[in-house]
Amino acid sequence: MELGVPDIIKWFELANEKIQHHKDYLTALDRPIGDGDHGINMARGYQEAVNKIMAKSYTEPSEVLKDASMALLAKVGGASGPLYGTAFLKMSVAVKGHEVLSLATLAKGVEAGLTGLKQRGKSDVGEKTLVDVWNPVVEYITGEEFRSDGLIEIIREALESSKDTMATKGRAAYFKEKSIGHIDPGSASSFYIFEALAEVMKEKE
Amino acid sequence: MDYVGIVLVSHSSKIVEGLSEIIRQVIHDVPIAIAGGTDEYEIGTNVEMIMSAITTANTGKGVLVFYDLGSAKMNAEIAGEMLDSIEIKIVDAPLIEGAYVAAVESNMGKTLDEVYEAVIKEF
Repeated sequence: MELGVPDIIKWFELANEKIQHHKDYLTALDRPIGDGDHGINMARGYQEAVNKIMAKSYTEPSEVLKDASMALLAKVGGASGPLYGTAFLKMSVAVKGHEVLSLATLAKGVEAGLTGLKQRGKSDVGEKTLVDVWNPVVEYITGEEFRSDGLIEIIREALESSKDTMATKGRAAYFKEKSIGHIDPGSASSFYIFEALAEVMKEKE
Repeated sequence: MDYVGIVLVSHSSKIVEGLSEIIRQVIHDVPIAIAGGTDEYEIGTNVEMIMSAITTANTGKGVLVFYDLGSAKMNAEIAGEMLDSIEIKIVDAPLIEGAYVAAVESNMGKTLDEVYEAVIKEF
């Protein structure tokens, strides 16, 4: 399995479609435990990222990731802008110099993204943030055996279990134990992003 | 005389416009720049607006950045990383009182580190 520039662009296009489609759902998740703008913010940012990368030509995936990260930083707003922006920027740096990404290189990229998320948000696993989806993705993708269906199972479980944790980071942390029982909006948008990645990879299997 | 600059970052432009007025009633010469709300006049913060505020407030002695909520801090960090030629400190202190103390200290002609320490000591 190898992902080239068109596949990475396809990843953002597919993720954008999902985010646009589930925009109201993401915002609804953010209303009880946040500031109720996650869907609107992600939809605006991802659309901008897709517009930007569709209008240019690239020689390697790293450049696509960098442009997308800049668009997300500038346009998402909220906490998700700096978080996703940082994650994709770190991913871009980690895969620099590769015209196509092998599974191992992609894994290195996603791992760098996760490290960036943890640093930027000063957060770790179990704090009801998008780290709770990115972390199991890194564990799975760096593991022995990889299947795109397996990746979808992993993120579905991660998203479900975000319901049971209490938020200790981000705006939801102000709600303390009242945050339990709600799906984390950031985990939900990360779910769509990795579901899109799994679908792109499935075509290569 | 050059002064340490102060940047006020908030999710709302009204908060930092108001805070700037409060400080300006007392302190006139210290450069203060604001980055409130997003570039689409919505609630939130924007990296490019923070970068431009930092550049405006810098007279060569560096800039202290005050913020309101977590995501404003993250955007301030990114803005700081992108402007590595300017000496920047992000201050973990209450936005209003912290910025007020910093303006008074900066007005005395202190250095970036001295103003930073004075604010941290106060809170």
